[in-house]
Amino acid sequence: MNWTHKDLLDIESLSIEEIRHIFQTSSRFIEINSRSIKKVPILRGKSVVLFFAEPSTRTKTSFDMAAKRLSADSFSLASKGSSLQKGESLKDTVLTLEAMKPDAIVMRHSLSGSAGFIARHLKCSVLNAGDGWHAHPTQALLDGFTLSRTWGDDFQGKTLLILGDIAHSRVARSDIKLFTRLGCRLRICAPRTLIPHDIRNWPVEVYHDLYEACREVDAVISLRLQLERQEAGLLPDIREYSVRFCLGQRHLETAAPGVKIMHPGPMNRGVEISSNLADSKDSLILDQVESGVAVRMALLYLYLARPKHEQEIPEV
Amino acid sequence: MGLKIFKNVILNQKTGFLLVEDGKIVDFRQELPEDSSAQVYDGRECHVLPSLIDVHVHLREPGFEYKETIKSGLAAAAAGGFGQVLAMANTSPVNDSASITEFMLGKNMESHPAGPFLYPVGALTRNLQGAQLSPLAELKEAGCRAFSNDGLPVKDNELFRRAVEYASDLGMIVIDHCEDTYLAAGGVMNEGKISSYLGLKGIPSVAESLQVARDILLAAYLDTPIHLAHISCEESLELIAWAKEKSIPVTAETCPHYLFWDEEIIQDYNTMAKVNPPLRKKKDVLAMRNALKNGVIDIIATDHAPHADFEKEVPFAEAPNGISGLDTALSLCLKLIRRGVMELDDLTWLMSLSPGRIFNLPVNTFQKGDPADFILLDMEYEWQVTPEEMLSMGKNTPCMGMELMGRVMAHFMGGKEIFSRF
Repeated sequence: MNWTHKDLLDIESLSIEEIRHIFQTSSRFIEINSRSIKKVPILRGKSVVLFFAEPSTRTKTSFDMAAKRLSADSFSLASKGSSLQKGESLKDTVLTLEAMKPDAIVMRHSLSGSAGFIARHLKCSVLNAGDGWHAHPTQALLDGFTLSRTWGDDFQGKTLLILGDIAHSRVARSDIKLFTRLGCRLRICAPRTLIPHDIRNWPVEVYHDLYEACREVDAVISLRLQLERQEAGLLPDIREYSVRFCLGQRHLETAAPGVKIMHPGPMNRGVEISSNLADSKDSLILDQVESGVAVRMALLYLYLARPKHEQEIPEV
Repeated sequence: MGLKIFKNVILNQKTGFLLVEDGKIVDFRQELPEDSSAQVYDGRECHVLPSLIDVHVHLREPGFEYKETIKSGLAAAAAGGFGQVLAMANTSPVNDSASITEFMLGKNMESHPAGPFLYPVGALTRNLQGAQLSPLAELKEAGCRAFSNDGLPVKDNELFRRAVEYASDLGMIVIDHCEDTYLAAGGVMNEGKISSYLGLKGIPSVAESLQVARDILLAAYLDTPIHLAHISCEESLELIAWAKEKSIPVTAETCPHYLFWDEEIIQDYNTMAKVNPPLRKKKDVLAMRNALKNGVIDIIATDHAPHADFEKEVPFAEAPNGISGLDTALSLCLKLIRRGVMELDDLTWLMSLSPGRIFNLPVNTFQKGDPADFILLDMEYEWQVTPEEMLSMGKNTPCMGMELMGRVMAHFMGGKEIFSRF
């Protein structure tokens, strides 16, 4: 497949074929990541800037490892200690970075639309590692890829529940788009204060009762509850939230057989997911992390190696 | 000053001669008057309309001269057809004292002594803080024409009530920016389909309509006029219609952007369309056009809010609110006529006679003795909105690049030419 995109900003811009191609490419990297020597020279001489203007551990490490395994040079920049803190505008910061000739900028930013904003100003590739509440396409792709390792290509008609703070979640927005495109039926479950006002326009069924929401589901993605939602007056307190919405084994008795549990991390054990369930055999939470590196390798490869060099992934 | 004859001008669908003497209208006739000493000006078959009045502009001076100055703002006003503008108080320092009011008027006289004329709107509360009344009598004395806390609405209902009462003693009207700041807190666009899709915090329409209801009930209780600024949503219109049925003394304005665009144009995080109150839904746009016809809306004002380019070149949530409107308002509103929403007379009412009446400003009805404040409008003139075509320093408008039809070709105040494109 000839990869024509310059940027990865959201899921919408990817066709179903492109999504499947990303999954297939990721499978090759899963295999490479299981070797004793994991480094391949595909992106030798390429440089990738990891610009995380918002704290991140797993996404940043995952991208960093992905770049290094492909032999690209990665450079990290955090907002703390950067000139953004000195009042430099985002546009000036990224134009400065681009002047140093990176091949891609991977950015995490707290404002929705910021990835698209910098992409409009830059000639290098921009990979969105999460922008505000808007999109987190690599998370959605790794979620999809993780399930594809269990389900194969068989997403059609599967029912997936996303549990938790939908309104403020870029993961939820990107997951809903990805899994809808793959043919899944989507449910969401949360108190109304954590659901967008205009939810009628979304291709989802809305639940406020977790038992009902879990009936016949094939997978549940539980989202992290940001503790500041309580301060904003959207929740009475965390304890009451956990009584209503903490996913436990008891909710899954009526779920489809073989139901899978996922969480984008970092988890609040006992708040949005019970500790036992997170560690159970149905949990794919650590598989998601493993898949994350492979998916990000696949994306860096697709965006940076092709079409200019037409390099092939080395065979075993 | 001798007689001036403006030949080849169209007034009320009749081509003829407009006669002006000593800054006043003398007559409009269809035959050439026999006065060889008169100065003759060729109107080139333009429509002649009264000079427009904009009751809601931000001219940014003092304090934000990098966005706009009184000189550049009034130049844009002249070119856009506006001869009188009410300038809001959110300058730096805030216009809450005679010295700032006098400074603004002085700048007007320096740059545009023959017009357009700026009428400062005094801050209703000191430093727009919503805590203590400004010296309203002092502000009136210095030349303020109305009072408003525009941009920072007064949350305290008791203080707002007292402000309206105190202003009414002075024969002054209070303009309210209707927004419940709790409901709107943190919001950056209309709450709805697009905000949830883009992951932006929304401003619900009820944040406006709730405050509109407050103002209507206060105006009724006090039997005192209140003017409602930049109305954006259908629910507010329903409340205003009810108030007018009951003869409650409220008046209301809307802006060109609420008549032509809805939230859909923010699809791509378009900061040029970021404005407060936010662009609403299609149904609100349609209701707004209807409200122009049935008298629920009294005035079209621009809420001209110029910003520097770099301020809008940021992620959406960080961009300042506001659309630069003086250069394009009339040309945009002419679309309403071509689309059959209204006649040219109705537009003249909404953009000149009605605001003049509500804010007690001189207006030109082309009767003998009226001030000779008028524009020559070429209804068929086609132009493209470009930064160079705009005289405002603020190029922040969703119209940028758009083709518009109809343009002010010349502008006269007191019979003197203050702008010409001929």
